[in-house]
Amino acid sequence: MTTVSKPKPLVEHFEAGLDAPICLTWELTYACNLACSHCLSSSGRRDPRELSTAECEGVIDELQRMQVFYVNIGGGEPTVRSDFWHLLDYATSRDVGVKFSTNGIKIDAEAARRIAANSYIDVQVSLDGATPDVNDAVRGLGSYATAEKALQHLHDAGVSPKLSVVCTRQNIGQLDAFKALADRFGAQLRLTRLRPSGRGADVWDELHPTQAQQRELYDWLVAHGEGVLTGDSFFHLAAYGDALPGLNLCGAGRVVCLIDPVGDVFACPFAIHDQFLAGNVRDAGFQTVWQQSALFAQLREPQSGGACSGCSAYDACRGGCMAAKFFTGLPLDGPDPECVKGHGEAALAGVRAIPAASGDHSHKGGVRGMPSRGGPVPIQLLASRPCNESPVSLV
Amino acid sequence: MPVTADPVLDRAYDVSPRVAIRPESFGALLYHFGTRRLSFLKDPLLLATVRALADAPTARAACVSAGVSEAQLPAYARALNTLITTDMLRERP
Repeated sequence: MTTVSKPKPLVEHFEAGLDAPICLTWELTYACNLACSHCLSSSGRRDPRELSTAECEGVIDELQRMQVFYVNIGGGEPTVRSDFWHLLDYATSRDVGVKFSTNGIKIDAEAARRIAANSYIDVQVSLDGATPDVNDAVRGLGSYATAEKALQHLHDAGVSPKLSVVCTRQNIGQLDAFKALADRFGAQLRLTRLRPSGRGADVWDELHPTQAQQRELYDWLVAHGEGVLTGDSFFHLAAYGDALPGLNLCGAGRVVCLIDPVGDVFACPFAIHDQFLAGNVRDAGFQTVWQQSALFAQLREPQSGGACSGCSAYDACRGGCMAAKFFTGLPLDGPDPECVKGHGEAALAGVRAIPAASGDHSHKGGVRGMPSRGGPVPIQLLASRPCNESPVSLV
Repeated sequence: MPVTADPVLDRAYDVSPRVAIRPESFGALLYHFGTRRLSFLKDPLLLATVRALADAPTARAACVSAGVSEAQLPAYARALNTLITTDMLRERP
């Protein structure tokens, strides 16, 4: 009789961290033509310390050596960097695929043809309303029209883009309309979660989905299966029952991370704050930060369920999103603010201290159709960037 | 013990040209730059098998050279099948 030792489940390997990220998000610039009310990175103005072209190439060389198969490029609006297309070519010619997020401002017919000619590029056009009124209230006047024009150029060039939507209280009722819009442009729909990060902290209370809407969203996602992407965004909803497609774990500092425009490495795209800063690529390179930072080592330690450990759903939701807890002032070992069991609401009602933002590149004077930061808040929200792309197949 | 009869085992395969393999302690990550699909090989022996395919006349020979036992063959044939249907592996004429 042979005894076969059962291998450790894959999820435990991921929780303990890999030698290189599976994928990562890289925000190339804080410059943006828009001023979305929910911007994760509080973008607007370029930072004079942003990585130079040569420094970006150095990061790409490292990613190639580490066999990071693809990066999610965002910003800011990454396409406003004058070396944007060069960096795309540089990465994709070195086996580092690129998925980039854009509001569409630079996607004209020529850009669309350029994207079509490179099979290592994916493009995600952000839109947070299926109608101009809902979208523009959050992303700014005219932003719906810009995105629609970009989608048309991409469609005409034979590119199948992704239509990337941050789910809000104002647009959950438009899920079918988003799907129809995506179908119209031959696009794949991608839904992600609103995070209270960056300027998102200012508007989260008004924009985040209600409990009833979370259920509606979950049922809709289950009904649409792998046909709709979520970037593993909604693993906290797994507590409703079946897990959604994806890895269903918090990958922060374990299998994903974020490089910001000045080279700072953060645990995840939703955690641009000193508390989650692991290091800077300018010091000893990205690989050193990834493999040796004290913060990442700590995130790779086994985590306790804390206040959630007695909950029947803990194995499914794993306590939810670290960044969502942090930026709403909740303890990291307690429930997610949008816990489907309602524990988040109770925690939010208690005493909590919202952490002060540690970086802000918002436009100082405001942008057409949008208030400047600190001004009146209409309805509002940003483009969250994804990582672990579903479908993930386990062999 | 009966010999495992799975047609997959008697054909020859290569890793698809647009697939990259990244070895990991648990096995490997496979990424297909065409389909954008990421797969996980949850077992170092499966990785050894996949790597042996290029120089083996059949998938069965690759399994044997990697050290897969007769008893394990059906499971490995199923795993290879999954990789074939997702275009991670392609039949070599």
